[in-house]
Amino acid sequence: MPELDFEAPFAEGLKRLTELRAYRGDPGKEREAAILKAQLDKDRREVYANLTSWQRTLVARHGNRPYTLDYIGALLTDFMEVKGDRRFADDPAIICGFGMFSGRPVCVIGHQKGRDTKAKIHRNFGMPKPEGYRKAMRVMRMAEKFGRPIITFVDTPGAYPGLDAEERGQAEAIAFNLREMAKLTVPVIVTVVGEGGSGGALAIAVGNRVNMLENSVYSVITPEGCASILWRDAAKAPEAAKAMKVAAPDMKALGLIDDIIEEPPGGAHSDHDATFDSVRKVLARQLGELSGKSVKELLDERYDKFRAMGRLGQDLVVS
Amino acid sequence: MAWFKREDQKLPVGEQVNRVPEGLWIKCTGCREIIYRKDVLQNASVCPKCAFHFRITARERLELLFDGPYEEFDRELASADPLKFRDTKAYASRLKDGQEKTGGKDALVSASGKLDNRDVLICAMEYGFIGGSMGVVVGEKITRATERAMSTRAPLIVVSCSGGARMMEGALSLMQMAKISSALARLDDAKIPFISVLTDPTTGGVTASFAMLGDLNIAEPGALIGFAGPRVIEQTIRQKLPEGFQRSEFLLTHGMIDAVVDRREMKASIARSLRLFLN
Ligand SMILES: [Zn+2]
Repeated sequence: MPELDFEAPFAEGLKRLTELRAYRGDPGKEREAAILKAQLDKDRREVYANLTSWQRTLVARHGNRPYTLDYIGALLTDFMEVKGDRRFADDPAIICGFGMFSGRPVCVIGHQKGRDTKAKIHRNFGMPKPEGYRKAMRVMRMAEKFGRPIITFVDTPGAYPGLDAEERGQAEAIAFNLREMAKLTVPVIVTVVGEGGSGGALAIAVGNRVNMLENSVYSVITPEGCASILWRDAAKAPEAAKAMKVAAPDMKALGLIDDIIEEPPGGAHSDHDATFDSVRKVLARQLGELSGKSVKELLDERYDKFRAMGRLGQDLVVS
Repeated sequence: MAWFKREDQKLPVGEQVNRVPEGLWIKCTGCREIIYRKDVLQNASVCPKCAFHFRITARERLELLFDGPYEEFDRELASADPLKFRDTKAYASRLKDGQEKTGGKDALVSASGKLDNRDVLICAMEYGFIGGSMGVVVGEKITRATERAMSTRAPLIVVSCSGGARMMEGALSLMQMAKISSALARLDDAKIPFISVLTDPTTGGVTASFAMLGDLNIAEPGALIGFAGPRVIEQTIRQKLPEGFQRSEFLLTHGMIDAVVDRREMKASIARSLRLFLN
């Protein structure tokens, strides 16, 4: 994955680290590896802390970033996938199912991208069609029926903008989920793990808690789309990403998310296991916080959370 | 002064002259006939010859739907430009232009009054204000109207006319979709009617939230209604879109709306549905 130019300075060090790690059991080499790793972590953390919004967008889209099925594989046991919207089709761009998370049964919903070309096409680049959103709602209602908390993983460039999707009511499918998620009587925990692409992301993201991974992004339109409309030039995407404030710290400052989940020093794509640990901790804590709440508390808190977005303070002026 | 304004016929779908043009005589966008402007204006801005629906302002809309005087709410809510957004032009100056052009603070007018002698709340979007786009102010006004409908048990009618969520307020705009939809969830549970009226154009985040959530979704004839814009779809699938794609009649055929209703019949149609739902 050569796409991130700001990672180039670390390539040499990372290569050396891999070499050193081949000498397992050699104390000298192990010590050298530890020192090198500490230095690389420090340097990468510094670079990652200062990424621009556009660079974060590129990290959020990185092909080696963990996807929903990776999180499911690492965080759940006994996973059972549930498929189909019972109306038209199954949508491989959204994964739904149930499994055990730290000994408790949960429902999981998430966008799914593919890693190689064939998988990318199969998953439609993580862009769901109406049947994907309808499947998600069917499964969320099943979670409600069986009293299971819902964990969602958001990672989509956006809902699929195609002829067939329009025919089958892409807008209606998203709208319906927004309204019905507000009514769910079980805890809903949302984590943006990669791209939070507009309505296509939000349709599985109305939660009691909304988290973003440190290098994930959330936006009303892709930076390229925004740039081609407002700048009339898609190449201005870096400017658009900056102007729209798509990065997690911006979203937190705007009061639109609850927690930023820390990524390893070189980003989630550099160390899946560390990412899974980080996500696991936050989800476990939040599940704990929400499990004691009554249905009324869950509904009211979810309502109040979204109700407050842009309502108070400086976002509105009464003149 | 010309007898009628010239019109560029090469403009893409959704960007033709949709407002009633200036001039004593005008050329109809629909039938291209030369018509007396006053005849159009006195006909709810519908062409007397071909029934082409010219776009109207939010206030014209309220006047067509309310029986008489209405009380406007939240008129002073204005965007504070929360992102200090700037593209080729500062958002602050786009806001100012919109305010000067429309006389309103943002892209929606919210009011209560009588329709068919019944108390109702009506929100109408103003396309002339940054393409009717939805930012925090539009989101807040519709949410407040929904909450007002809850507390007074008055039916809610929202007339959409919008390109979607407003990019210049970033994810704050996006979240208005969830905010309004959450309020509509409560209205739904309270069994209070919500009627969504879709006019040309209704696209993006507006369609993908409240505009599709009516107990009844009613569209004006020939309106562009969809999630993605036609050009984005053409670029994605790399082929020409079929005639009539994403128009009201297409949505009716595909089960997304209940009826296509002529603007001149809209009020009577809403009145009848409220009688059938509430009395
Ligand atoms: Zn005509």
